Amino acid sequence: MQNEKRFNVKEFFMKLFKRQIFIPIAALLLLALFNLIVDPSFYRITLGYNSAGDPVLSGYLMTILDYGSELAILAIGMTLVTSASGGQDISVGAGIAIAGSVILRVLCGTNSRPETLQAPIIVAFLVSCVVAMLFGAFNGALVAYFKIQPMVATLILFTAGRSIAAWINNNELPIVSDPTFSYFGGFIPGIPIPTPFFIAVVCMIVIALVLKFTNLGLYTQAVGINESSSRLNGLNPAFIKFLSFVILGLCVAVAGLIKVSRLSSINYSVIAKDIEMDAILAVALGGNSLSGGKFNMTASILGAYVIQFLTTTLYKFNVQSDALPAYKAVVVIILVVLSTPVVRDYLSGLGKKLNLKRNVKEVG
Amino acid sequence: MSFMNRLRDKSKNMTDTNLLLLITIVVFFAMYIGAILFQGKGFLKPQTFFNILNANASLIILSCGMSLVMITGGIDISVGGVTALVSMCCAVYLDYHNGNVFVAVLIALAIGLAFGLVQGFLVAYLDIQPFIVTLAGMFFARGMTTIVNTNPFNVQNEAFVALKETRVIVPGFGSVNKLGKYVPAYIEIGVVVAILIVIVLFCVLRWTKLGRSFYAVGGNSQSALMLGINVKRTKFLSHLICGLLAGVGGFVYFMHVGSGSASHASGMEMNAIASSIIGGTMLTGGVGNIIGTFFGVLSLSTIQNIVSSAGLDQAWWTGITIAAMLCLFLVIQSIVMARKKRALRKN
Repeated sequence: MQNEKRFNVKEFFMKLFKRQIFIPIAALLLLALFNLIVDPSFYRITLGYNSAGDPVLSGYLMTILDYGSELAILAIGMTLVTSASGGQDISVGAGIAIAGSVILRVLCGTNSRPETLQAPIIVAFLVSCVVAMLFGAFNGALVAYFKIQPMVATLILFTAGRSIAAWINNNELPIVSDPTFSYFGGFIPGIPIPTPFFIAVVCMIVIALVLKFTNLGLYTQAVGINESSSRLNGLNPAFIKFLSFVILGLCVAVAGLIKVSRLSSINYSVIAKDIEMDAILAVALGGNSLSGGKFNMTASILGAYVIQFLTTTLYKFNVQSDALPAYKAVVVIILVVLSTPVVRDYLSGLGKKLNLKRNVKEVG
Repeated sequence: MSFMNRLRDKSKNMTDTNLLLLITIVVFFAMYIGAILFQGKGFLKPQTFFNILNANASLIILSCGMSLVMITGGIDISVGGVTALVSMCCAVYLDYHNGNVFVAVLIALAIGLAFGLVQGFLVAYLDIQPFIVTLAGMFFARGMTTIVNTNPFNVQNEAFVALKETRVIVPGFGSVNKLGKYVPAYIEIGVVVAILIVIVLFCVLRWTKLGRSFYAVGGNSQSALMLGINVKRTKFLSHLICGLLAGVGGFVYFMHVGSGSASHASGMEMNAIASSIIGGTMLTGGVGNIIGTFFGVLSLSTIQNIVSSAGLDQAWWTGITIAAMLCLFLVIQSIVMARKKRALRKN
């Protein structure tokens, strides 16, 4: 009787282990446990008041919720691009700089420090969406129609993007003084939870509805798994790749709004620096294959929050922000090595061998 | 008429490598002549050309390694990070520990070799995408550079400064300055190293069995495997050599700038990739030429010189021009590929 029960538990864990979402959840639990043991004060959340006198929640968990949200938005687009094209877009950081620069340009007009907004925020946001989608379309066209590897094609914007962003504003640093603009990256008065989280939730709902009611997910995966057979089935692989880059452009515009709103200004060389690494990492941590094919959106989004959890944990231990990439690179390499077929086969072989030995012992 | 026909025949029979090489060399000369015509006499002086070489010796070495990896069908974007790490480590060793220059060279080579070993192993034997591996390598190198030392500083070690100041005089290219004094043209030691590496690598790629196997693996790894080439080992070797060259290039860079800083060589990997692509190395692998890479670096740095001497000395113009040039050459490559495919279908 007891034996049977244990067997069930084992089967349950095996089933969980095989699910894709297991990887980010396991990583999250590991990090959470680590923080709980080292310093439980990590989880303290306090209700305070910000400079405007509005109630805000603060604490490390809130930081994760806040900064993880923009990453989650990027992870949505990056997952689609990864799945369709089998490569990643490394120009998202530069794209955020461009989108942010466009927003400020529209809001401030020619004067870099206006007293009042020159245009409604929604108009600025829509213009930046269009611009970011155009840049996404540029990447997408290079990848889909000129058949250039995604990472190399996006390398062009990766180099030129920040220069273009600076050029849009004549290398000035416009400052928006209107307080409503800072709501998007901060707090709406009266609501103590950071706004980026709500924006991320809206994006998640939209993408969930799109995946549920359209064939986007199916087509993307089909193109990623086998391009020529999907063409034989009547799909247009080039267009779907192109579309995935345009959707990523939209995500970049939303993330750009949050980023610019946090500062009410922009710093072209620093804004969203190294965020492409985090976005790719989120997709990888979600257990999605980086060479395209099947994807799991929930796992990617969860992966984004786990990455932010890791970053916040590292910051808490006084790791310099410039040194952060070194630690993250180690995490990426470990993750990628563990997910390669060679290592997986070896590990499962090892597991079988151990089982066999135990069985032999029991028999003997 | 027959001449035109012969020309058409020749262009039809031309291999991709030679066609792309030709485009590169023509572009370089056109650009240099354009610079002489529009930017005045500065570009006519031989020393201007040698200065371009002096400033870009490390880029030539890094691009050679990059081309090798790209010919094999991979990519290595960690070279800029490795350059920064090498110069920081050597600077700290020479200045804080008052070290020996010879040991510093060994440190540089060891760092490069270590990166090459690990990345090559992960790419070749564990079959991970080279871009992901080397992206992680780049971030690791950049992070480590800050961990080794945060503040930029100049190296005052005497032996090193003596080495840095060493000039190799090129006879016959000197010029007379305004005071009527003869100033000989010179190059730095790094340029000698770079040219040696270009020649050796060119010979290896052209005439040795190993060199040909790089092309075979990049062109079609399946058929290379059937020809009995050890594909994994070839890929591993390409990354190893690229890492080693990144170490050498890092030291040459360090010799040129003479300081350690975490922001050194930022965007260098990008320039190396751009030079290789402009030099006619195909991203898809199997096509490329080290001489082309050499001219690619020269084209790139000539553009940078033109931009800065035209008074557009704003960092963003350089970025935009390089990106535009890269975009142009990528599209040319894509057209060449399409042409090849069409020719195959016809046959």
